[in-house]
Amino acid sequence: MVEELSHEEILRYSRHLLIPEVGLKGQLRLRNSSALIIGTGGLGSPVSLYLAAAGVGRIGLVDYDVVDSSNLQRQVIHGSSTVGKLKVESAREKLIDLNPGIQIDIFNEPYTSDNAMRIARDFDIILDGTDNFPTRYLTNDVAVFLGKPNVYASIYRFDGQVSVFHAKQGPCYRCLFPEPPPPGLVPSCAEGGVLGVLPGTIGTLQATEALKLLLGIGDPMIGKLLLYNALDMSFDFVKLRKNPNCRVCPPNADIHELIDYEEFCGVPGHDHDDTSAGEAWDITAIELAVRIKENHLKLLDVREAHELEISRLPSAVNIPLGQLAERLSELDSAQEMVVFCKRGSRSARALEVLISAGFKKVKNLKGGINAWAEEVDQSLPIY
Amino acid sequence: MTILKIPTPLRPYTSGQAEVEVHGIKINEVFDDLITQYPTLKSHLYDSAGKMRPFVNVFLGEHNIKDLQGMDTPIREGDRLMLIPSIAGGWHG
Repeated sequence: MVEELSHEEILRYSRHLLIPEVGLKGQLRLRNSSALIIGTGGLGSPVSLYLAAAGVGRIGLVDYDVVDSSNLQRQVIHGSSTVGKLKVESAREKLIDLNPGIQIDIFNEPYTSDNAMRIARDFDIILDGTDNFPTRYLTNDVAVFLGKPNVYASIYRFDGQVSVFHAKQGPCYRCLFPEPPPPGLVPSCAEGGVLGVLPGTIGTLQATEALKLLLGIGDPMIGKLLLYNALDMSFDFVKLRKNPNCRVCPPNADIHELIDYEEFCGVPGHDHDDTSAGEAWDITAIELAVRIKENHLKLLDVREAHELEISRLPSAVNIPLGQLAERLSELDSAQEMVVFCKRGSRSARALEVLISAGFKKVKNLKGGINAWAEEVDQSLPIY
Repeated sequence: MTILKIPTPLRPYTSGQAEVEVHGIKINEVFDDLITQYPTLKSHLYDSAGKMRPFVNVFLGEHNIKDLQGMDTPIREGDRLMLIPSIAGGWHG
């Protein structure tokens, strides 16, 4: 427990000390507080930068990924010089440079039911900067079971959501969303994309809520959800209530310990290896290159039309995944067909649609057009 | 006439429109009208048994209709409705 600030700290935090709601007392409170940030991506970047700058004494970072150049459009804590490095290492370097007086604990591991309680136990608050449903439900349940606030934010394309889920005082994430969407119904960001500045807007709001909670000032967003849309520049607030039928937070809840969240959500949370339709249904880019020469195969591209401007296979027919079920009559189930998308995830789902409609001669291009660009035709860009 | 705000993930099914005009005096009537106008929205909002999917929330003003009278909640002229889906983030697909 730090009981007074050094002269150097007083100078560093002087703009905080001038605010009566923060002052020396508040700054000391921050110095002795801790925050765990799940994910060091789009949201984790601004969140960790601002919490570190504000002087939160101990910051935990959980991520298992490495920095990729496609992250840099929005994940501003990383840089070109740290591409290929562990995200938690890259982030720690930046944060220590920003504020060497605080402690950064890094957890280079996927956040799972096996380690989450151990990791989160010693932090005052948890910030959800995750990018998938299994880890969101896990983050919520851990916070509920440990009685800690879960500062929530989520983004998609131009939309953002922010709230504070604190089951001791209000609803939890599951009160609002009892179940995740079925796999494939809501497109992921790599399919839909995300405006690079969006996690900056939403992440700084998330950091604001975290600082308010740690300082014990203001009106935290418990029981309130912010909905932001960048295109409309709209901020809508709605009220959230505790759901008496919630399975984790009311006294009559029937879930009392962490579950298998990947099973619950029907999608992988961590290995990102959802780009296969199952070995029997997959065809690799190299195999396809041979088969294209030997046979006349139909190629079905299930990406969105605007993605064809980035890269395309000239002989492919384009039917976006969302339209596939309605446009099956355009396809001949007797003809052999290879389905592809960007990385193989949407095409794997397209295969499910086709197979359930009676198509049998269908294959999924494993790794999508990006694998084709990497292994067969290097003149195409990878995106 | 009621204005229903559509979130980005569902806009591909409303011809890209951020807000649509819907008619009805109860939520269920309004949603019947919505599906009539935009039939491809149906599978995104309802399960195969015809029940509203649990990850879709409908808010009348700032209140979740689950906290009001659900699909029977009455609507008045000029009310604003909002669809709020769960979104997960930048997961690679």
